[in-house]
Amino acid sequence: MKGLREAGHTAEHADNGRDGLFLAASENFDAIILDRMLPGGIDGLRLLETLRAQDNATPVVFLSALGQVDDRVKGLKAGGDDYLIKPFAFAELLARVEALTRRGKSDGPTTRLAVGDLEMDLLSRSVRRGVQKIDLQPREFRLLEYLMRHAGQVVTRTMLLEGVWDYHFDPQTNVIDVHVSRLRQKIDKPFELPLLHTVRNAGYMLRAEEV
Amino acid sequence: MNLPAPPNFGVQAEPRALAPGRRKRQHRSRPLIRSAGVRFALAYAVVFGVSAFALAFSIWYSTLDLLQRQVEVDIRNDALVLDEHYQLGGLPSLIAAIHDRLTDVTQSDGIYLLEDALGNRLIGNLDTWPNGLNQVNTWYELPVTRDHQSSVALLRAYSLPGGGELLVGRDVTARDKLRNVLRDGLLWALGLMFALGILGAFLVRSLFRRMMRDISTTTRAIARGDLARRIPLTGDGDEFDELATIINDMLDRISRLMDGVRQVSNAIAHDLRTPITRARTRLEDASLHAHSAEDLQSAIERATLDLDGIVGVFEALLRIAEIEAGSRRAAFAPIDLAPMLHDMDELYRAVAEERGLTLETRIEPRLPLLGDRDLVQQAVANLLDNALKFTEPGTVIGFTARLEEAVIEIAITDRGPGIAEPDRARATERFFRAESARSTAGSGLGLALVAAVAQLHNGTLLLADNDPGLRAVITLPARSS
Repeated sequence: MKGLREAGHTAEHADNGRDGLFLAASENFDAIILDRMLPGGIDGLRLLETLRAQDNATPVVFLSALGQVDDRVKGLKAGGDDYLIKPFAFAELLARVEALTRRGKSDGPTTRLAVGDLEMDLLSRSVRRGVQKIDLQPREFRLLEYLMRHAGQVVTRTMLLEGVWDYHFDPQTNVIDVHVSRLRQKIDKPFELPLLHTVRNAGYMLRAEEV
Repeated sequence: MNLPAPPNFGVQAEPRALAPGRRKRQHRSRPLIRSAGVRFALAYAVVFGVSAFALAFSIWYSTLDLLQRQVEVDIRNDALVLDEHYQLGGLPSLIAAIHDRLTDVTQSDGIYLLEDALGNRLIGNLDTWPNGLNQVNTWYELPVTRDHQSSVALLRAYSLPGGGELLVGRDVTARDKLRNVLRDGLLWALGLMFALGILGAFLVRSLFRRMMRDISTTTRAIARGDLARRIPLTGDGDEFDELATIINDMLDRISRLMDGVRQVSNAIAHDLRTPITRARTRLEDASLHAHSAEDLQSAIERATLDLDGIVGVFEALLRIAEIEAGSRRAAFAPIDLAPMLHDMDELYRAVAEERGLTLETRIEPRLPLLGDRDLVQQAVANLLDNALKFTEPGTVIGFTARLEEAVIEIAITDRGPGIAEPDRARATERFFRAESARSTAGSGLGLALVAAVAQLHNGTLLLADNDPGLRAVITLPARSS
C-alpha cells in the first residue's frame, strides 16, 4: 500500500474476500492485486470468477504463496492476468501492475512504436533512430519491442524472460543483462542521449527523458 | 457334514490369540471368519472332506452295483439252463433239474418255485408265491419265507409256454450284510478322514501363523520405529521367502528415502541457516554500528540479496519435490525440443561470447518428445549455467542434441574442472557440492533438478569425464510418431 502510494498510485485496500468483491464491483480500478487465500468466505479464485462473470475486465495480478504450476495455471484460467508468488520483490510487483494498467489502456493494434527519436515499424520490422537505420537480430527486435511497449515503466528481468524468451524460471546466469547490454550497444552507443536505463535493484526502463 | 469343524477351531484358536496388550482386544473382537488362518484351514478341511466323501461314495456305489449285476447274471443264466431242460424234456425234466438244484448243498442261496397253469405249487423252496410279484420278466426284490425263515431275495418270474410259471431267484441276505459291513467301514473311514482333515487344517493354520509371525513381528517393530529390523529368511526359497525378500527390499528403499529426507533436512538446516545468519548479522551490525544512511542502505540491500538467495533455494527445493512427486506428468504434451533448444542456444550464446567462451552447437532438426517443455528447458538451462560457471575463458562448450534409436540425447560438455569420479554418483543429491565447487556461488540443487526432470520423463542424467571437464548427458525416450 505504502509502496504503491509512494509510486504515485491511488490504492484502496480490503482485508477480506467479501469486502474485496464489493469494492472491486462498485468502483472502477485500473488494476486489482488479489491474494488467493482470503478470509471472509470468498477466496481469490471465487472472487475473480464472480467479477469476470459480471463482465468486469479490470486487470488482476494474483499474489499468492501457492506456487505450484497447477496453482498458477488455475489462477490464470480463472481470468487472472499475472501471477506472482510470495515472497516477491516489491519492484517486481510494481513493474507488473504498471505493465498491466498500460495494457488495459491501449488495446488497439499498433503498427508503429516510438520512444524519443527511436522508431520501430512493426510491419516492415525495421528500427531507426533519427535518420540512422539500426539492424537488429529477430530476438533483439522482440526485446526492443517489449521494452518500447512498456516505455516509461520499469521492466524486470523476470518479465523479460517470460515475455521475450518464454522462460518461466530464473536462470543462474545473467543472460538478460548480456542481451540488454548488446541491445544497448546498438541503440544507444553511437548516440548522445541514452534511452535504455538500468534501474537499480529492479530492472530496466526505456525512456526519452533523463531519469 | 464337516461344517461343525470351524467352530471347534475357533474355540481352540482363541487361547493362542491371547497375546499381551492391544492385540488381545483386537483378536477377540474380530470374527473368526476374518482370520486368514482359519479361512485357509476351513478351505482345506472342506476340500479334503468333499474329496474323501466322493471317494467313499464311489467305492460304495460301484461295489454294490457290481454285486447286484452279478446276482442278476446268475439268475438269468440259471433260468436259461432251466428253459433248456424244459425244451428238451418238458415239465418232468424241469422239475428234476429244480430238484437237483434244491438238494445241492453248494447252492444254498437259490430260490425256485414252479407253479402250473392253475396256480398249484409243483416244486420249489418257497411255500407261497411272493406277495407283489405279479409281472413276468421283471426284477423284484421282495421279502420271502423260505424253509420257514424270512429273508430277502432278488426274484424274476418266467411264464412257461405250456402254461404255468417259473420263479427263479437268489437269496440276497448275504449281499445285504456285506453292504452293511461296507457302509459301516466307509462311514468309519469317512469319520477318520474328517478327523484327519481337521487335524490337517489345524496344521495348515499353525504353519501359516508361524510363517506370518516373522513378518508381523518385524513389521510391528518397524511401525514402532525400529527401522533396522528385517524379516529373517528361512532359506527355503519358498513363497514366504519371496514375500519376505520383497518386503525387505521395500524396507531398504524406505530407509534409503528416510536417509535422503534426513540428509536433506540437515542440509536445509545448514544451507539456509548460513545465509539467514549472515543477513541477520548484517542487519544487526548495521543497526548498531552504521554511521551514515548510506551504510544502512547498503547493509539492507545486501541482506535483501541474502534473503532472495534463501527464497531461491526454497523455490528450487519445492520445485524438485513437485517434480519428484510426478504430478506434472498429467500435463505432458507432445512437443518438439529442437526450436526450444535453438532458442536456448541463442540465449546462452551471447553470454558465452561475453565471457570469451565458444559455444559449439549441433541440434538435429526434429526432436519429438512427450513431456513438459518448461521442465526440460530448465534442466538444459541448469546444465548450461553450470558449464558457463565452471569454465575458463578461451575454451569450448559443446551443446549437442540428437535423436538416435528412439532416444533423445542432449549433451553439454565443458573443459572445466569436471566432477571427480567418487563425487559423480553423489552430484545429483540435493545440496551436494564438490570440494572444487565450494568457492563458486550456487546452491547445490541444479543437478538434483536435472536428474529429477530426466527421471520424470523416464530418462536419465549421465555425468561422465570429458577429459578434461564434464560431459553431462540427458537421455529422454523420444515420442514415437
